[in-house]
Amino acid sequence: MRILWAVLIASLLAACAGTQSTDSQPPAAVEDRGVGKPAAAQPVETRPIGGVELIGRPAAGAAALKDPNNILSKRSVFYDFDKYDVKDEYKPMIEAHARYLRENGATRMLIQGNTDERGSREYNIALGQRRSESVKRMLLLLGGREDQVEAVSLGEEKPRAAGANEEAWAQNRRSDMLYPGEY
Amino acid sequence: MNKLLAAALLSLAACPVLAQLSIEITGAGANRIPIAIAPFAGEAALPQGITAVMRADLERSGLFRALEVPPLLPQPSEASSVNYAEWKSRLADALVLGSVAARTDGRFEVRFRLYDVVKQASIGGVAYTMSRDQLRATAHRIADYVYEKLTGEKGVFSTKIAYVVKRGARFELQVADADGANEQAMLVSNEPIISPAWSPNGKRIAYVSFQNKKPIVYVQDVEVPKQNVVANFKGSNSAPAWAPDGSKLAVALSRDGNSQIYLINPDGSNPRRLSSSGGIDTEPNFSSDGQWLYFTSDRGGSPQIYRMPAAGGEAQRVTFEGSYNVSPRVSPDGKSLAYIMRNGGKFQAALLDLNTRQVQVLTDSEFDESPSFAPNGRQILLATVIGGRGVLSAVSSDGRVKQRLTLSAGDVREPAWGPLVH
Repeated sequence: MRILWAVLIASLLAACAGTQSTDSQPPAAVEDRGVGKPAAAQPVETRPIGGVELIGRPAAGAAALKDPNNILSKRSVFYDFDKYDVKDEYKPMIEAHARYLRENGATRMLIQGNTDERGSREYNIALGQRRSESVKRMLLLLGGREDQVEAVSLGEEKPRAAGANEEAWAQNRRSDMLYPGEY
Repeated sequence: MNKLLAAALLSLAACPVLAQLSIEITGAGANRIPIAIAPFAGEAALPQGITAVMRADLERSGLFRALEVPPLLPQPSEASSVNYAEWKSRLADALVLGSVAARTDGRFEVRFRLYDVVKQASIGGVAYTMSRDQLRATAHRIADYVYEKLTGEKGVFSTKIAYVVKRGARFELQVADADGANEQAMLVSNEPIISPAWSPNGKRIAYVSFQNKKPIVYVQDVEVPKQNVVANFKGSNSAPAWAPDGSKLAVALSRDGNSQIYLINPDGSNPRRLSSSGGIDTEPNFSSDGQWLYFTSDRGGSPQIYRMPAAGGEAQRVTFEGSYNVSPRVSPDGKSLAYIMRNGGKFQAALLDLNTRQVQVLTDSEFDESPSFAPNGRQILLATVIGGRGVLSAVSSDGRVKQRLTLSAGDVREPAWGPLVH
């Protein structure tokens, strides 16, 4: 429907192109001016094209990642408001993932940092980045390789929990460790 | 009622694209210029009125009060002699008279003249030739002329705005006239779009799209539906801001760890790092003389606004009050800075006078975001939340005039006011 409109507008515009100012003398002395033509273009439709730089294959021990009894099935680190430090309770989980990266050298990981909805969208991109970077740094210290891990931020743009309350916000202040096929 | 019906019919008949944003004025200036805009002679022949659009423009600025003008017979035009006493008795300080004439080529000739009723003198006039679909554009031009003659400042009625609409799971980058009419989608996506920024010539928009599962900066021609990647480095790429000469962009990149400010050419070439702090540096914004870059940083422990020379160099802290000051935007005249401050639990737009250091809180909202100056500096466009929905609001830089721009469905956010174009 929208595209139809765009085509319609474009053809209407084409029909009136070449507008120029008048050349006759007005009865009262007034300046002659033309009127610019409004713009019209069809919007771009985006299509996702898979991982950006992080195309990897599922690793040999991949089943462990989905086993609810395995610590590797845990992926999320949660934060306090405006904080990015990784609390001690998440360290065993991050150590397990570092080991997994070491043992599966061909696999890749994307860490997405997230924030709650309060404050500037762009500042939240930077804050979410700080969160994902802090997880990445721990993984690298524990033996993951730089070329295995990319830390990015979704800021406040992709909330897991809806709602403008502390319960939802706490869910959304989060870093997720994701393996190929999971993002 | 008749008038309403007629207006509704006219707007249906006239406009190939339906206006999407509706504007409600929620506060007005104290001393508004009373102006009488008589219906133009022959205006009824047009598919849509011109003077109604002019009146709405001038009223929306908060600086004018458009007087009711009853039907006049014979209809006066710019060629008529003016009965100043009569207009004075109607309490008008200014008067616009005009005419519309059909041309043999199917276009129309619109003429008008602006009068100072108090001084009993003509201030000037213009004639335009327009096609049917240029009615609104012509009305905006005339309103700009009137505004500039009577206030001494440029009018911004012919400018455009960009914003993002979220409808369900769909995101749309939209461009519309400053009054919300003629909305056109530049980009639609199932992933978020943020931070649109107009190039100084108004031809291109830089923005951040998450369509590839992470923030990437693109530039797109307003009239050409093709995305051009500007910054797609490892990590996050965001916060594009154009240099005033359009030759480069400042962006926030995390390719070397935390978000830092880089300069990059609009075609993505020659990225060079400008800031180097241990923490977050983001939201760059050039002063209009191109000398300074204002930005947000948490280097002092909490997010505050700093500035540094645009060529690189030491940063100076700009905001001191409060623990959360973000999203700096320098006014077109370089004298003040609009930004968002956390005030208790609320996020509100504020204006800092860069000389006196005085801070004025501009709104009483709870969730203001993304301030954007009108190119004449008179108004600031904001995203805010009312009743759980994202709307745009505009506030005059003295905090007095307030408007709300709402959409019939969906959330509106991330406004960016386009430049003056000639």
